[in-house]
Amino acid sequence: MKPQAAVDTARIPDELDRRIIRATQAGLPLVPEPYRQIGEQLGIGTEEVMQRMRRMLESGVIRRIGAVPNHYTLGFRANGMSVWDVPDRLVRKYGKQIGALEFVSHAYHRPRHLPRWRYNLFAMVHGRDRKEVEQKVAIIAGLLGGDARDHRILFSSRILKKSGLRLPGGG
Amino acid sequence: MNTNGSTAIRPAAPDPSSTPEDLTPLERRLLNEFQHHLPLSPTPFAEMAERLGCSESQILQLLEDLQQRGFISRVGPVFRPCGIGASMLVATTVPEDELEKIANFISSYDEVNHNYERQHRLNLWFVVTAPDQGHLERVLEDMEHFTGLDLVRLPLVREYHIDLGFPLWC
Repeated sequence: MKPQAAVDTARIPDELDRRIIRATQAGLPLVPEPYRQIGEQLGIGTEEVMQRMRRMLESGVIRRIGAVPNHYTLGFRANGMSVWDVPDRLVRKYGKQIGALEFVSHAYHRPRHLPRWRYNLFAMVHGRDRKEVEQKVAIIAGLLGGDARDHRILFSSRILKKSGLRLPGGG
Repeated sequence: MNTNGSTAIRPAAPDPSSTPEDLTPLERRLLNEFQHHLPLSPTPFAEMAERLGCSESQILQLLEDLQQRGFISRVGPVFRPCGIGASMLVATTVPEDELEKIANFISSYDEVNHNYERQHRLNLWFVVTAPDQGHLERVLEDMEHFTGLDLVRLPLVREYHIDLGFPLWC
């Protein structure tokens, strides 16, 4: 297994990018010209705000721009973190396949921590209830077949803290 | 509802009386079609209105409403955690009778943005995000020092994410 740096330095946002991140991470102002308002707040032009955000979108710093749904209120009450023990040489192949399933919001390769943790592939599965999550996890199990040496679904029993990602360091 | 200033919109506490059945067809379309691709143009909401066949002021009102009712947490960019610093998924085993106290302590760190109790021997799972790796490690060592817990560090090796959007009604 060859661990890869999660951050590519060319993608690291500069100081002005970070100010834009801080100014928008809690949401855009709901006004006709939101980027102009952000620009005014930061002392830069509308075009510069949009251009920098476009660049962050292209480099992957911004995943998407849009309405951020609250899945819980929308009726998706169950989320199960499914975790899989697959041969390390196959993680990438299966990660890509699982990440493309529409009911999987995130798929990750993470290291094992033997003996406490044997699973190396994570897939977050959403459904209206636990039964639906279990049905979807069964689809993944079918896809992996005998290459899944073991798997579990870790349901969350309590959300103890959930906030949108905040860039530390306030102003 | 706490609103302190026009831009500092905290995720709304969901209004328990709102159910997905209350959503109008227009609201459903908006939610399905605009989780992505809010136009990066000077007047994004006017463009949204054009696509959905209504007025800009209607869209702004609708978004405000959806937020108030807890169906959306905000409208704006979603950042990729690793793009702006260092982050780590952490799991640990906490005795049931100490869970509340320890979970509150963990959640009290600004660097923690998700904290869940999960059904496994490793029963507490949280995500720590910091500006850099050194800061991240100091937070984890600090937590271990104060709780005596042995934290299992599960850093991201690779993410597989094909962003097809999340179909809410299919």
